Amino acid sequence: MSSVSASFMASVARLLAIANKELIQMRRDRMTFAMMLGVPLMQLMLFGYAINTDPKHLPTAVITEEQSPVVRSILSALEHSDYYQLRYSLTDHAEGERLLAEGKVSFVVTIPSGFTHQLIKGERPQLLIEADASDPSASSNAVNRAQTMIDSALRHELKGGLAELSAQASPVELIVHRRYNPEGLTQYNIVPGLLGVIITMTMVMITGMAMTREVEQGTLENLLAMPAKPLEVMIGKICPYIAVGAVQTCIILLAAHYLFAVPFIGSMTLLISAVALFIVANLALGFTFSTIAKSQMQAMQLTFFFFLPSLLLSGFMFPFRGMPVWAQYLGEVLPLTHFLRIVRGVMLKGAQLNTVKFELLAITAFILVVGLVAVSRYKRTLD
Amino acid sequence: MSELAVDVHGLVKRFGNKIAVNGVDIQLPSGQVWGFLGPNGSGKTTTIRMICGLLNIDAGEGQCLGYDISRHARDIRRLTGYMTQKFSFWNELSIRENLDFVARLYQLPQRRQRVDNTLEKLGLSQRQKQLAGELSGGWKQRLALAAVTMHQPKLLLLDEPTAGVDPQARRDFWDEIHHLSRAGLTVLVSTHYMDEAERCDRIVYLAHGNLITQGTVAQIIADAKLFTYKAHDDGVRFAIEKLKAQPAVAHAAYFGAALHVSGYEQAALLAAIQTVTSNISWQQVDPSLEDVFIALMNKAGNDQRAYQ
Repeated sequence: MSSVSASFMASVARLLAIANKELIQMRRDRMTFAMMLGVPLMQLMLFGYAINTDPKHLPTAVITEEQSPVVRSILSALEHSDYYQLRYSLTDHAEGERLLAEGKVSFVVTIPSGFTHQLIKGERPQLLIEADASDPSASSNAVNRAQTMIDSALRHELKGGLAELSAQASPVELIVHRRYNPEGLTQYNIVPGLLGVIITMTMVMITGMAMTREVEQGTLENLLAMPAKPLEVMIGKICPYIAVGAVQTCIILLAAHYLFAVPFIGSMTLLISAVALFIVANLALGFTFSTIAKSQMQAMQLTFFFFLPSLLLSGFMFPFRGMPVWAQYLGEVLPLTHFLRIVRGVMLKGAQLNTVKFELLAITAFILVVGLVAVSRYKRTLD
Repeated sequence: MSELAVDVHGLVKRFGNKIAVNGVDIQLPSGQVWGFLGPNGSGKTTTIRMICGLLNIDAGEGQCLGYDISRHARDIRRLTGYMTQKFSFWNELSIRENLDFVARLYQLPQRRQRVDNTLEKLGLSQRQKQLAGELSGGWKQRLALAAVTMHQPKLLLLDEPTAGVDPQARRDFWDEIHHLSRAGLTVLVSTHYMDEAERCDRIVYLAHGNLITQGTVAQIIADAKLFTYKAHDDGVRFAIEKLKAQPAVAHAAYFGAALHVSGYEQAALLAAIQTVTSNISWQQVDPSLEDVFIALMNKAGNDQRAYQ
């Protein structure tokens, strides 16, 4: 009996010794320590405030072919609902089309001429809302509530003899065109987005680890002692992974087509060029991480540190426009944000080079900045 | 050709507040084999890394193979073979792939032929497809030596190349070093083994980042002006603590089963050992290199370099 309890106590003592050793090691690895305590708190604040699944103030263009108190009342009802933010007042349909394709607006609201006249005659005039449904979740709430908002606006407007009009089902026939994704299928949005997410995850991690492995195994000293310039090492190490990224892209695009039946209406050449640029951006970042991390473990942590905001703030999981402005600025820094706009634009909207040129430029700028950091941090000595 | 392969003065290296190397001069003539000795952490590796440009120097200057060490590190690296203390070739590559990679980095002509010859010389032709990580310690060292000499460097820097290698492999390794030296290669090799030190043309002794002494084995032993007595008797085991407490005794240390007691003043030393161990017979011997190094280490005292 006592020998059993003695051996149990000895076991606890050894266990505590090991736990204590683990704590000391944990504390010495400053980076891991920071990652464990600081990062969750930061991410909690960041994502807690940034993520909003009910996006409001979505940019909207209005094409009004006539002006009347009723029309103004409807528009102001949309605006006051907080879902629509009337940014453009257009006369041209082609212009509305362009804004929608570029992603500058989420909605184009068209009020045809004769609207007021038909309304008063009780002929249920049509009101057209064209929604960018490439991200169905971003636009659905705004679209679903449009009818109610319009009806209640008209109830105020149609008084006296016209009051009976508003007693009907609805005095206005609301037509909704879900553009680019008429059935509102989420995989149209998610599958192209996954291309970006998967590339981000694997490319950053693989390069980050590849370089720190040389440090950990002591082979970097050997590499440095032989004639190879930093830039040669960097590009040489990155090149094979570009091929890995290319294979991933092929697999995802094939799956998008054959398994998920995602439409592809844009230019394949444009998409491939964008993918290539995006892969390079992520590899450059992975390389930079490897110059910061002291072990493969730390490289892994840095990767996740970058991956989580990429997932949450880029518009992949939650509508980009739903986030507060500061979070949108943060999102603009991430290459995935821009890549998502390109890949969704090209595949679903048939976007042309001209439409996505700013997104391409943003990714290029990211490569330049990160590449500069990587080259300046890469050491040709062991100091 | 007696010009200097390595000619450096006052090399200083600091890591944070700690001075790792504190003003080291080395004038190593071409074609010689020099041994680099000193206790662990004395600055041997740091000095070697500074010579081949892997570390920036904080003070001092010098040239290596005619190139300035702080400005022309790339030229020096091209003409230097550096074998790191820890095996630093790629475990996931085969023996052949490792050699081939090195040959490609140095852009060696007739690469295939060169790699074939190297494998042949190593005696690893049959096992060329084996992964380097699977080799035993001795074979790893041989592979590393072959890899760092494949581009026919003029200077070879070896950092404790034989640590953890069996005695026969150590002898073979040193035969190869002497073979390379006869072919005109200059070698600077750090080691903790006295028998290896004795095979060097000259020895440089570092302690706590300072150069303590240098010269041939005979010179260093003579310069130490040490007197050593040796005893075999079983009784010495019980007397060693008392012997060490004597002020005339610089140190007492075992060499196999025999005890060596050394001091700087012969008469006082003899008197001291006779009073402590009257019943044991002592015999005067020439101090060995190791006796001298123990004395040097004791003289150097504790590491005064600041930590943290």
